[in-house]
Amino acid sequence: MPSLSVNACGLQLSNPILLAAGILGTTGASLCRAARAGAGGVVTKSVGSLPREGHPGPCIVQVEGGLLNAMGLPNPSYRDFQDEIDKARAGGVPVIASIFGSSASEFAQIARSLKADAFELNLSCPHAEKYGSELGRYPDLVESVTGAVKAASNVPVWVKLTPNTADIVELGLAAQRSGADGVVAINTLKAMAIDIETGYPILGNRFGGLSGPVIRPVAVRCVYELASRLEIPVIGVGGISTWEDAVEMIMAGASAVQVGTALVNGYGVFEEIKTGLSLYLERKSLTLEELCGLAGRRGS
Amino acid sequence: MRPINCVIEEVRSEAPLIRTLRLEKKLDPMPGQYVMIWIRGVDEIPMSFSGPDTITVQSVGEATAALFKLGAGSTIGLRGPLGNGFILRGKKILLIGGGVGAAPLAFLGERALEAGIDVASLLGYRSESDLIFQDRFEALGETIITTDDGSLGISGRAAAGLKELNLYDFDQIYLCGPEMMMWDIISRTREHARKTQACINRYFKCAAGVCGSCCLDPDGIRVCVEGPVIMADRLLDSEFGRYRRGPTGGKGTCRG
Repeated sequence: MPSLSVNACGLQLSNPILLAAGILGTTGASLCRAARAGAGGVVTKSVGSLPREGHPGPCIVQVEGGLLNAMGLPNPSYRDFQDEIDKARAGGVPVIASIFGSSASEFAQIARSLKADAFELNLSCPHAEKYGSELGRYPDLVESVTGAVKAASNVPVWVKLTPNTADIVELGLAAQRSGADGVVAINTLKAMAIDIETGYPILGNRFGGLSGPVIRPVAVRCVYELASRLEIPVIGVGGISTWEDAVEMIMAGASAVQVGTALVNGYGVFEEIKTGLSLYLERKSLTLEELCGLAGRRGS
Repeated sequence: MRPINCVIEEVRSEAPLIRTLRLEKKLDPMPGQYVMIWIRGVDEIPMSFSGPDTITVQSVGEATAALFKLGAGSTIGLRGPLGNGFILRGKKILLIGGGVGAAPLAFLGERALEAGIDVASLLGYRSESDLIFQDRFEALGETIITTDDGSLGISGRAAAGLKELNLYDFDQIYLCGPEMMMWDIISRTREHARKTQACINRYFKCAAGVCGSCCLDPDGIRVCVEGPVIMADRLLDSEFGRYRRGPTGGKGTCRG
Protein backbone atom coordinates (compact mmCIF):
# COMPACT_ATOMS: atom_id res chain seq x y z
CA MET A 1 0.00 0.00 0.00
CA PRO A 2 1.28 3.50 -0.78
CA SER A 3 2.31 5.55 2.22
CA LEU A 4 -0.16 8.12 3.47
CA SER A 5 2.33 9.76 5.79
CA VAL A 6 2.96 13.38 5.08
CA ASN A 7 4.72 16.39 6.47
CA ALA A 8 2.15 19.13 6.34
CA CYS A 9 2.53 22.65 7.63
CA GLY A 10 5.28 21.73 10.06
CA LEU A 11 3.76 18.53 11.44
CA GLN A 12 4.60 14.94 10.63
CA LEU A 13 1.29 13.15 10.12
CA SER A 14 0.67 9.42 9.74
CA ASN A 15 -2.06 10.28 7.24
CA PRO A 16 -3.42 13.52 5.78
CA ILE A 17 -7.02 13.21 6.99
CA LEU A 18 -7.58 15.41 10.05
CA LEU A 19 -10.55 16.19 12.26
CA ALA A 20 -11.67 19.78 11.59
CA ALA A 21 -12.12 22.42 14.28
CA GLY A 22 -15.49 22.70 15.98
CA ILE A 23 -16.42 19.08 15.42
CA LEU A 24 -16.38 16.76 18.44
CA GLY A 25 -13.54 18.84 19.81
CA THR A 26 -14.85 20.00 23.17
CA THR A 27 -13.43 17.11 25.16
CA GLY A 28 -10.19 15.21 25.18
CA ALA A 29 -12.19 11.98 25.08
CA SER A 30 -13.99 12.79 21.84
CA LEU A 31 -10.75 14.01 20.20
CA CYS A 32 -9.08 10.82 21.27
CA ARG A 33 -11.91 8.83 19.78
CA ALA A 34 -11.37 10.58 16.41
CA ALA A 35 -7.66 9.78 16.61
CA ARG A 36 -8.38 6.13 17.36
CA ALA A 37 -10.87 6.07 14.48
CA GLY A 38 -8.00 6.92 12.16
CA ALA A 39 -7.62 10.69 11.99
CA GLY A 40 -4.05 11.76 11.21
CA GLY A 41 -4.43 14.74 13.54
CA VAL A 42 -7.19 16.41 15.50
CA VAL A 43 -8.09 20.07 15.82
CA THR A 44 -9.82 21.18 19.02
CA LYS A 45 -12.90 23.30 19.38
CA SER A 46 -11.81 26.96 19.32
CA VAL A 47 -10.84 28.29 22.72
CA GLY A 48 -10.66 31.93 23.74
CA SER A 49 -9.62 33.86 26.80
CA LEU A 50 -12.97 33.90 28.63
CA PRO A 51 -15.64 31.23 29.11
CA ARG A 52 -18.49 31.60 26.61
CA GLU A 53 -21.80 29.78 26.54
CA GLY A 54 -22.42 30.43 22.85
CA HIS A 55 -25.58 31.49 21.09
CA PRO A 56 -29.10 30.42 22.04
CA GLY A 57 -30.60 27.61 19.97
CA PRO A 58 -31.34 26.45 17.44
CA CYS A 59 -27.59 26.19 16.89
CA ILE A 60 -27.85 24.08 13.77
CA VAL A 61 -30.21 23.71 10.85
CA GLN A 62 -29.97 20.83 8.43
CA VAL A 63 -30.31 22.27 4.94
CA GLU A 64 -30.07 20.79 1.47
CA GLY A 65 -26.57 19.40 1.10
CA GLY A 66 -25.17 20.61 4.37
CA LEU A 67 -25.47 22.08 7.82
CA LEU A 68 -25.92 25.62 8.92
CA ASN A 69 -24.54 26.32 12.39
CA ALA A 70 -24.14 29.16 14.82
CA MET A 71 -22.64 27.70 17.96
CA GLY A 72 -21.18 31.05 18.98
CA LEU A 73 -17.72 29.91 20.07
CA PRO A 74 -18.76 28.19 23.31
CA ASN A 75 -15.66 27.27 25.28
CA PRO A 76 -14.50 27.07 28.88
CA SER A 77 -11.52 29.45 28.20
CA TYR A 78 -7.96 28.32 27.57
CA ARG A 79 -7.35 28.33 31.33
CA ASP A 80 -9.67 25.38 31.64
CA PHE A 81 -8.68 23.50 28.49
CA GLN A 82 -5.12 22.18 28.84
CA ASP A 83 -6.43 19.04 30.51
CA GLU A 84 -8.59 18.24 27.45
CA ILE A 85 -5.60 18.71 25.11
CA ASP A 86 -3.47 16.46 27.30
CA LYS A 87 -6.16 13.78 27.29
CA ALA A 88 -6.54 14.10 23.51
CA ARG A 89 -2.84 13.38 23.13
CA ALA A 90 -3.48 9.85 24.36
CA GLY A 91 -4.88 9.25 20.87
CA GLY A 92 -1.30 9.24 19.59
CA VAL A 93 -1.69 11.88 16.86
CA PRO A 94 -0.85 15.59 16.83
CA VAL A 95 -3.37 17.78 18.63
CA ILE A 96 -3.82 21.19 17.07
CA ALA A 97 -5.38 23.82 19.32
CA SER A 98 -7.80 26.12 17.56
CA ILE A 99 -7.72 29.52 19.26
CA PHE A 100 -9.59 32.78 18.85
CA GLY A 101 -9.34 36.29 20.20
CA SER A 102 -10.33 39.83 19.41
CA SER A 103 -6.79 41.18 19.06
CA ALA A 104 -3.24 40.10 18.31
CA SER A 105 -2.30 40.33 21.97
CA GLU A 106 -5.25 38.20 23.07
CA PHE A 107 -4.28 35.51 20.55
CA ALA A 108 -0.66 35.68 21.69
CA GLN A 109 -1.61 35.38 25.35
CA ILE A 110 -3.52 32.16 24.66
CA ALA A 111 -0.73 30.73 22.48
CA ARG A 112 1.81 31.45 25.24
CA SER A 113 -0.30 29.65 27.82
CA LEU A 114 -1.48 26.53 26.00
CA LYS A 115 0.67 23.56 25.13
CA ALA A 116 -0.32 21.89 21.86
CA ASP A 117 1.40 20.39 18.83
CA ALA A 118 0.33 23.32 16.67
CA PHE A 119 -2.07 26.25 16.72
CA GLU A 120 -4.80 26.94 14.24
CA LEU A 121 -5.88 30.57 14.34
CA ASN A 122 -9.62 30.99 14.01
CA LEU A 123 -9.72 34.15 11.93
CA SER A 124 -12.76 32.98 10.08
CA CYS A 125 -15.77 32.05 12.23
CA PRO A 126 -18.59 33.96 10.48
CA HIS A 127 -21.02 34.29 13.37
CA ALA A 128 -19.37 35.71 16.48
CA GLU A 129 -19.20 39.43 17.06
CA LYS A 130 -15.66 40.84 17.43
CA TYR A 131 -14.04 37.50 16.59
CA GLY A 132 -13.27 35.24 13.68
CA SER A 133 -13.92 36.71 10.27
CA GLU A 134 -14.55 40.13 11.78
CA LEU A 135 -10.76 40.27 12.09
CA GLY A 136 -9.87 37.69 9.49
CA ARG A 137 -11.35 39.50 6.51
CA TYR A 138 -8.72 42.25 6.86
CA PRO A 139 -5.27 41.26 5.51
CA ASP A 140 -3.47 43.65 7.88
CA LEU A 141 -5.15 42.08 10.92
CA VAL A 142 -4.41 38.56 9.66
CA GLU A 143 -0.79 39.64 9.37
CA SER A 144 -0.54 41.18 12.83
CA VAL A 145 -2.35 38.33 14.61
CA THR A 146 -0.27 35.68 12.85
CA GLY A 147 2.94 37.56 13.62
CA ALA A 148 2.03 37.90 17.29
CA VAL A 149 1.27 34.18 17.66
CA LYS A 150 4.44 33.20 15.78
CA ALA A 151 6.44 35.33 18.21
CA ALA A 152 4.64 33.85 21.20
CA SER A 153 4.95 30.17 20.36
CA ASN A 154 7.47 27.68 19.09
CA VAL A 155 5.08 25.24 17.42
CA PRO A 156 3.66 25.44 13.88
CA VAL A 157 1.00 28.10 13.35
CA TRP A 158 -1.79 27.55 10.86
CA VAL A 159 -4.19 30.28 9.83
CA LYS A 160 -7.77 29.28 9.03
CA LEU A 161 -9.16 31.58 6.38
CA THR A 162 -12.63 32.84 5.63
CA PRO A 163 -14.19 32.42 2.20
CA ASN A 164 -16.47 35.37 2.97
CA THR A 165 -14.21 37.81 1.19
CA ALA A 166 -13.60 39.05 -2.34
CA ASP A 167 -10.08 37.62 -2.49
CA ILE A 168 -9.00 34.82 -0.19
CA VAL A 169 -5.50 34.87 -1.69
CA GLU A 170 -4.91 38.32 -0.16
CA LEU A 171 -5.63 36.80 3.24
CA GLY A 172 -3.35 33.84 2.57
CA LEU A 173 -0.52 36.10 1.46
CA ALA A 174 -0.94 38.16 4.64
CA ALA A 175 -0.59 35.01 6.74
CA GLN A 176 2.46 33.97 4.75
CA ARG A 177 4.14 37.37 5.18
CA SER A 178 4.11 37.03 8.94
CA GLY A 179 5.49 33.53 8.96
CA ALA A 180 2.48 31.19 9.09
CA ASP A 181 3.47 27.56 8.61
CA GLY A 182 0.36 26.93 6.56
CA VAL A 183 -3.15 28.10 5.82
CA VAL A 184 -6.36 26.17 6.30
CA ALA A 185 -9.16 26.87 3.84
CA ILE A 186 -12.07 27.24 4.15
CA ASN A 187 -14.18 28.07 7.18
CA THR A 188 -17.96 28.09 6.69
CA LEU A 189 -19.84 30.36 4.32
CA LYS A 190 -21.93 32.96 6.08
CA ALA A 191 -25.56 32.01 5.56
CA MET A 192 -29.03 31.98 7.05
CA ALA A 193 -32.33 30.09 6.97
CA ILE A 194 -35.82 31.43 7.68
CA ASP A 195 -38.82 29.55 9.03
CA ILE A 196 -41.49 30.19 6.41
CA GLU A 197 -44.32 29.40 8.80
CA THR A 198 -43.54 32.40 11.00
CA GLY A 199 -40.76 34.44 9.41
CA TYR A 200 -38.37 33.80 12.30
CA PRO A 201 -34.73 33.29 11.31
CA ILE A 202 -34.16 29.70 12.48
CA LEU A 203 -30.74 30.07 14.07
CA GLY A 204 -30.74 31.71 17.49
CA ASN A 205 -28.02 34.00 16.15
CA ARG A 206 -29.93 34.58 12.87
CA PHE A 207 -26.71 34.17 10.86
CA GLY A 208 -24.51 31.14 10.81
CA GLY A 209 -21.96 29.24 8.79
CA LEU A 210 -22.79 26.80 6.03
CA SER A 211 -20.76 23.57 5.84
CA GLY A 212 -21.03 20.19 4.17
CA PRO A 213 -21.02 18.90 0.58
CA VAL A 214 -22.83 21.99 -0.67
CA ILE A 215 -19.73 24.20 -0.07
CA ARG A 216 -17.12 21.80 -1.44
CA PRO A 217 -16.78 23.38 -4.90
CA VAL A 218 -16.15 26.74 -3.22
CA ALA A 219 -13.50 25.15 -1.00
CA VAL A 220 -11.85 23.44 -3.96
CA ARG A 221 -11.64 26.74 -5.81
CA CYS A 222 -10.20 28.55 -2.78
CA VAL A 223 -7.59 25.84 -2.17
CA TYR A 224 -6.63 25.86 -5.87
CA GLU A 225 -6.17 29.65 -5.86
CA LEU A 226 -4.21 29.64 -2.61
CA ALA A 227 -1.99 26.74 -3.61
CA SER A 228 -1.10 28.40 -6.89
CA ARG A 229 -0.11 31.70 -5.28
CA LEU A 230 1.35 30.77 -1.88
CA GLU A 231 4.72 29.25 -0.99
CA ILE A 232 3.41 27.76 2.26
CA PRO A 233 1.25 24.62 2.29
CA VAL A 234 -2.53 24.66 2.26
CA ILE A 235 -4.82 22.36 4.25
CA GLY A 236 -8.13 21.84 2.47
CA VAL A 237 -11.42 21.72 4.35
CA GLY A 238 -15.02 22.15 3.30
CA GLY A 239 -17.54 19.43 2.56
CA ILE A 240 -15.21 16.45 2.30
CA SER A 241 -17.07 13.25 3.07
CA THR A 242 -15.64 10.62 0.69
CA TRP A 243 -12.22 9.58 -0.57
CA GLU A 244 -13.10 11.04 -3.96
CA ASP A 245 -13.67 14.40 -2.29
CA ALA A 246 -10.30 14.11 -0.57
CA VAL A 247 -8.54 13.25 -3.85
CA GLU A 248 -10.12 16.28 -5.51
CA MET A 249 -9.05 18.57 -2.68
CA ILE A 250 -5.50 17.24 -2.74
CA MET A 251 -5.39 17.67 -6.53
CA ALA A 252 -6.50 21.27 -5.98
CA GLY A 253 -3.34 21.74 -3.94
CA ALA A 254 -4.09 20.61 -0.39
CA SER A 255 -1.20 18.96 1.49
CA ALA A 256 -3.69 17.54 3.97
CA VAL A 257 -7.44 17.76 4.42
CA GLN A 258 -9.82 18.18 7.32
CA VAL A 259 -13.18 16.49 7.73
CA GLY A 260 -15.98 18.06 9.77
CA THR A 261 -19.64 17.87 8.87
CA ALA A 262 -19.25 14.33 7.49
CA LEU A 263 -18.88 13.17 11.11
CA VAL A 264 -22.71 13.35 11.32
CA ASN A 265 -22.48 9.87 9.84
CA GLY A 266 -20.07 8.69 12.49
CA TYR A 267 -16.36 8.23 13.07
CA GLY A 268 -16.02 5.63 10.31
CA VAL A 269 -15.39 8.37 7.76
CA PHE A 270 -11.65 8.49 8.55
CA GLU A 271 -11.02 4.85 7.69
CA GLU A 272 -13.26 5.06 4.62
CA ILE A 273 -11.34 8.01 3.21
CA LYS A 274 -7.93 6.54 4.06
CA THR A 275 -8.73 3.19 2.47
CA GLY A 276 -10.16 4.78 -0.66
CA LEU A 277 -7.24 7.18 -0.98
CA SER A 278 -4.69 4.37 -0.63
CA LEU A 279 -6.40 2.23 -3.26
CA TYR A 280 -6.61 5.21 -5.58
CA LEU A 281 -2.91 6.04 -5.24
CA GLU A 282 -2.06 2.41 -5.85
CA ARG A 283 -4.27 2.17 -8.93
CA LYS A 284 -2.82 5.39 -10.36
CA SER A 285 0.74 4.59 -9.29
CA LEU A 286 0.96 7.99 -7.67
CA THR A 287 2.42 9.22 -4.43
CA LEU A 288 0.59 11.73 -2.26
CA GLU A 289 3.23 14.28 -3.16
CA GLU A 290 2.58 13.76 -6.87
CA LEU A 291 -1.16 14.03 -6.35
CA CYS A 292 -0.86 17.31 -4.43
CA GLY A 293 -1.58 20.23 -6.79
CA LEU A 294 -1.93 18.04 -9.87
CA ALA A 295 -4.78 20.24 -11.13
CA GLY A 296 -2.55 23.31 -11.07
CA ARG A 297 0.12 21.54 -13.12
CA ARG A 298 -2.42 20.54 -15.78
CA GLY A 299 -2.40 24.18 -16.91
CA SER A 300 -5.33 26.43 -17.66
CA MET B 1 -34.47 18.60 8.04
CA ARG B 2 -35.56 22.06 9.10
CA PRO B 3 -37.71 22.32 12.24
CA ILE B 4 -41.26 21.32 11.43
CA ASN B 5 -44.10 23.51 12.61
CA CYS B 6 -46.34 21.92 15.21
CA VAL B 7 -49.48 23.07 17.03
CA ILE B 8 -49.74 22.41 20.77
CA GLU B 9 -53.17 20.80 20.91
CA GLU B 10 -53.62 20.61 24.65
CA VAL B 11 -51.82 21.65 27.83
CA ARG B 12 -52.38 19.72 31.07
CA SER B 13 -51.03 20.60 34.49
CA GLU B 14 -49.50 17.55 36.22
CA ALA B 15 -47.93 19.19 39.27
CA PRO B 16 -47.13 22.79 40.28
CA LEU B 17 -44.15 23.09 37.90
CA ILE B 18 -44.89 20.25 35.50
CA ARG B 19 -47.11 20.31 32.42
CA THR B 20 -47.87 17.89 29.63
CA LEU B 21 -48.18 19.22 26.09
CA ARG B 22 -49.99 17.22 23.45
CA LEU B 23 -48.53 17.71 19.99
CA GLU B 24 -50.49 17.80 16.76
CA LYS B 25 -47.70 16.11 14.75
CA LYS B 26 -47.46 12.32 14.86
CA LEU B 27 -43.76 11.66 15.25
CA ASP B 28 -43.98 7.98 16.20
CA PRO B 29 -41.23 8.10 18.83
CA MET B 30 -39.80 5.20 20.81
CA PRO B 31 -39.95 5.68 24.59
CA GLY B 32 -36.64 7.26 25.68
CA GLN B 33 -36.18 9.18 22.44
CA TYR B 34 -36.32 12.95 22.54
CA VAL B 35 -37.32 15.86 20.35
CA MET B 36 -35.70 19.28 20.03
CA ILE B 37 -38.36 21.87 20.80
CA TRP B 38 -37.83 25.30 19.29
CA ILE B 39 -39.57 28.02 21.24
CA ARG B 40 -39.29 30.67 18.58
CA GLY B 41 -37.29 33.72 19.52
CA VAL B 42 -36.08 32.06 22.74
CA ASP B 43 -34.12 28.80 22.44
CA GLU B 44 -34.22 25.17 21.35
CA ILE B 45 -34.27 22.49 24.06
CA PRO B 46 -34.42 18.69 24.20
CA MET B 47 -37.51 17.04 25.69
CA SER B 48 -38.28 13.37 26.05
CA PHE B 49 -41.65 11.91 25.15
CA SER B 50 -44.12 10.99 27.88
CA GLY B 51 -46.41 9.31 25.35
CA PRO B 52 -46.69 8.81 21.59
CA ASP B 53 -47.76 12.42 21.08
CA THR B 54 -46.93 14.14 24.37
CA ILE B 55 -43.98 15.74 26.10
CA THR B 56 -43.94 16.48 29.82
CA VAL B 57 -42.03 19.57 30.83
CA GLN B 58 -40.73 20.79 34.17
CA SER B 59 -40.16 24.53 34.39
CA VAL B 60 -36.48 24.93 35.21
CA GLY B 61 -35.21 27.91 33.23
CA GLU B 62 -35.83 30.57 30.64
CA ALA B 63 -36.73 28.26 27.76
CA THR B 64 -39.11 26.05 29.75
CA ALA B 65 -40.68 29.15 31.32
CA ALA B 66 -41.29 30.47 27.80
CA LEU B 67 -42.74 27.10 26.81
CA PHE B 68 -45.11 27.31 29.81
CA LYS B 69 -46.44 30.61 28.47
CA LEU B 70 -47.60 28.90 25.28
CA GLY B 71 -51.19 27.70 25.51
CA ALA B 72 -53.21 25.29 23.39
CA GLY B 73 -53.22 26.49 19.80
CA SER B 74 -49.71 27.99 19.99
CA THR B 75 -47.01 26.62 17.72
CA ILE B 76 -43.46 25.38 18.23
CA GLY B 77 -40.78 24.01 15.93
CA LEU B 78 -39.76 20.36 16.21
CA ARG B 79 -36.70 18.29 15.26
CA GLY B 80 -37.06 14.60 15.93
CA PRO B 81 -37.64 12.03 17.21
CA LEU B 82 -33.92 11.79 17.94
CA GLY B 83 -31.49 9.44 19.66
CA ASN B 84 -31.74 5.84 20.80
CA GLY B 85 -34.64 5.02 23.05
CA PHE B 86 -35.27 2.16 25.47
CA ILE B 87 -35.30 -1.37 24.11
CA LEU B 88 -37.82 -3.78 25.63
CA ARG B 89 -36.19 -7.04 26.71
CA GLY B 90 -37.47 -9.99 28.72
CA LYS B 91 -40.76 -10.97 30.35
CA LYS B 92 -40.62 -8.96 33.54
CA ILE B 93 -39.25 -5.46 33.89
CA LEU B 94 -38.75 -2.81 36.55
CA LEU B 95 -39.11 0.92 35.95
CA ILE B 96 -37.24 3.22 38.34
CA GLY B 97 -38.09 6.89 37.97
CA GLY B 98 -37.33 10.10 39.80
CA GLY B 99 -39.46 13.25 39.51
CA VAL B 100 -40.24 14.30 35.96
CA GLY B 101 -37.92 11.47 34.85
CA ALA B 102 -40.93 9.20 35.39
CA ALA B 103 -42.41 10.61 32.16
CA PRO B 104 -40.64 8.46 29.53
CA LEU B 105 -41.00 5.42 31.82
CA ALA B 106 -44.80 5.71 31.89
CA PHE B 107 -44.71 5.68 28.08
CA LEU B 108 -42.32 2.70 28.10
CA GLY B 109 -44.43 0.81 30.64
CA GLU B 110 -47.54 1.20 28.50
CA ARG B 111 -45.68 -0.15 25.49
CA ALA B 112 -44.41 -3.06 27.61
CA LEU B 113 -47.90 -3.92 28.83
CA GLU B 114 -49.16 -3.97 25.22
CA ALA B 115 -46.37 -6.43 24.47
CA GLY B 116 -47.46 -8.70 27.34
CA ILE B 117 -44.52 -7.89 29.61
CA ASP B 118 -44.97 -7.71 33.41
CA VAL B 119 -44.18 -4.28 34.75
CA ALA B 120 -43.32 -3.08 38.26
CA SER B 121 -42.39 0.49 39.14
CA LEU B 122 -40.39 2.29 41.80
CA LEU B 123 -40.94 6.03 41.75
CA GLY B 124 -39.24 8.69 43.83
CA TYR B 125 -40.58 12.20 44.29
CA ARG B 126 -39.66 15.07 46.57
CA SER B 127 -43.13 15.30 48.00
CA GLU B 128 -46.69 14.12 47.42
CA SER B 129 -47.48 17.37 45.58
CA ASP B 130 -44.77 16.59 42.99
CA LEU B 131 -46.28 13.23 42.05
CA ILE B 132 -46.97 12.70 38.37
CA PHE B 133 -48.57 9.81 36.49
CA GLN B 134 -49.46 7.80 39.62
CA ASP B 135 -52.57 6.46 37.86
CA ARG B 136 -50.61 5.53 34.74
CA PHE B 137 -48.06 3.51 36.72
CA GLU B 138 -50.64 1.87 38.97
CA ALA B 139 -52.49 0.70 35.84
CA LEU B 140 -49.27 -1.09 34.79
CA GLY B 141 -48.75 -3.17 37.94
CA GLU B 142 -47.08 -3.04 41.35
CA THR B 143 -46.02 0.53 42.11
CA ILE B 144 -43.78 1.58 44.99
CA ILE B 145 -43.61 5.27 45.78
CA THR B 146 -41.02 7.10 47.85
CA THR B 147 -41.03 10.74 48.87
CA ASP B 148 -38.07 12.66 50.26
CA ASP B 149 -40.29 14.32 52.89
CA GLY B 150 -42.28 11.20 53.73
CA SER B 151 -45.59 12.77 52.66
CA LEU B 152 -46.49 9.63 50.68
CA GLY B 153 -45.22 6.07 50.54
CA ILE B 154 -41.78 5.18 51.80
CA SER B 155 -39.88 8.07 53.34
CA GLY B 156 -36.56 8.73 51.61
CA ARG B 157 -35.00 8.75 48.17
CA ALA B 158 -35.91 6.32 45.41
CA ALA B 159 -33.12 3.96 46.50
CA ALA B 160 -34.98 3.53 49.82
CA GLY B 161 -37.58 1.54 47.86
CA LEU B 162 -35.03 -0.99 46.61
CA LYS B 163 -35.35 -3.10 49.76
CA GLU B 164 -38.95 -3.87 48.76
CA LEU B 165 -37.76 -5.53 45.57
CA ASN B 166 -35.58 -8.43 44.52
CA LEU B 167 -33.79 -7.10 41.44
CA TYR B 168 -32.88 -10.63 40.36
CA ASP B 169 -36.61 -11.11 39.60
CA PHE B 170 -36.39 -8.66 36.71
CA ASP B 171 -35.04 -9.31 33.23
CA GLN B 172 -34.41 -5.64 32.60
CA ILE B 173 -34.38 -2.42 34.61
CA TYR B 174 -35.20 0.99 33.14
CA LEU B 175 -34.02 4.13 34.86
CA CYS B 176 -34.69 7.84 34.39
CA GLY B 177 -34.49 10.77 36.80
CA PRO B 178 -32.15 13.38 38.21
CA GLU B 179 -28.51 12.42 37.79
CA MET B 180 -27.64 11.92 41.45
CA MET B 181 -30.77 9.82 41.95
CA MET B 182 -29.80 7.62 38.99
CA TRP B 183 -26.21 7.41 40.19
CA ASP B 184 -27.46 6.45 43.64
CA ILE B 185 -29.41 3.55 42.10
CA ILE B 186 -26.69 2.45 39.66
CA SER B 187 -23.90 2.51 42.21
CA ARG B 188 -25.97 0.51 44.73
CA THR B 189 -27.01 -2.08 42.14
CA ARG B 190 -23.72 -2.59 40.27
CA GLU B 191 -24.34 -6.28 39.75
CA HIS B 192 -27.42 -5.38 37.68
CA ALA B 193 -25.76 -2.68 35.58
CA ARG B 194 -25.61 -4.92 32.52
CA LYS B 195 -29.39 -5.21 32.49
CA THR B 196 -30.09 -1.58 33.38
CA GLN B 197 -30.95 0.93 30.67
CA ALA B 198 -30.52 4.51 31.86
CA CYS B 199 -31.97 7.50 30.05
CA ILE B 200 -29.49 10.25 30.82
CA ASN B 201 -29.12 13.93 30.19
CA ARG B 202 -26.22 16.09 29.04
CA TYR B 203 -26.00 19.58 27.56
CA PHE B 204 -27.12 19.23 23.94
CA LYS B 205 -26.40 21.93 21.41
CA CYS B 206 -26.51 20.34 17.95
CA ALA B 207 -28.41 17.11 18.74
CA ALA B 208 -26.76 15.72 15.60
CA GLY B 209 -23.59 14.15 17.02
CA VAL B 210 -21.17 16.74 15.67
CA CYS B 211 -20.62 19.58 18.12
CA GLY B 212 -19.27 17.47 20.97
CA SER B 213 -20.95 19.32 23.84
CA CYS B 214 -22.64 16.17 25.20
CA CYS B 215 -19.68 13.76 25.00
CA LEU B 216 -19.20 11.58 28.05
CA ASP B 217 -15.77 10.93 29.58
CA PRO B 218 -13.76 8.77 29.26
CA ASP B 219 -15.02 7.11 26.04
CA GLY B 220 -16.47 10.16 24.32
CA ILE B 221 -19.95 8.68 23.97
CA ARG B 222 -22.06 11.22 22.06
CA VAL B 223 -25.14 11.17 24.28
CA CYS B 224 -27.33 13.05 21.76
CA VAL B 225 -27.03 10.33 19.09
CA GLU B 226 -25.67 7.23 20.88
CA GLY B 227 -27.97 7.87 23.85
CA PRO B 228 -29.81 9.25 25.58
CA VAL B 229 -30.46 5.68 26.70
CA ILE B 230 -27.18 4.05 27.70
CA MET B 231 -26.52 0.72 29.40
CA ALA B 232 -25.59 1.43 33.02
CA ASP B 233 -22.43 -0.69 32.88
CA ARG B 234 -21.01 1.92 30.50
CA LEU B 235 -21.75 4.61 33.09
CA LEU B 236 -20.13 2.97 36.10
CA ASP B 237 -16.63 4.21 35.33
CA SER B 238 -17.64 7.34 33.46
CA GLU B 239 -18.10 10.98 34.44
CA PHE B 240 -21.76 10.18 35.16
CA GLY B 241 -22.59 11.01 38.76
CA ARG B 242 -19.22 12.71 39.19
CA TYR B 243 -19.31 15.81 36.98
CA ARG B 244 -20.99 17.14 33.89
CA ARG B 245 -20.17 19.81 31.35
CA GLY B 246 -22.28 22.92 30.98
CA PRO B 247 -22.85 25.24 28.01
CA THR B 248 -19.20 26.41 27.94
CA GLY B 249 -17.89 22.85 27.88
CA GLY B 250 -16.37 23.37 31.33
CA LYS B 251 -16.92 20.78 34.05
CA GLY B 252 -19.49 21.36 36.76
CA THR B 253 -21.39 19.41 39.38
CA CYS B 254 -24.20 16.93 38.69
CA ARG B 255 -26.73 18.51 40.98
CA GLY B 256 -30.24 17.16 41.46
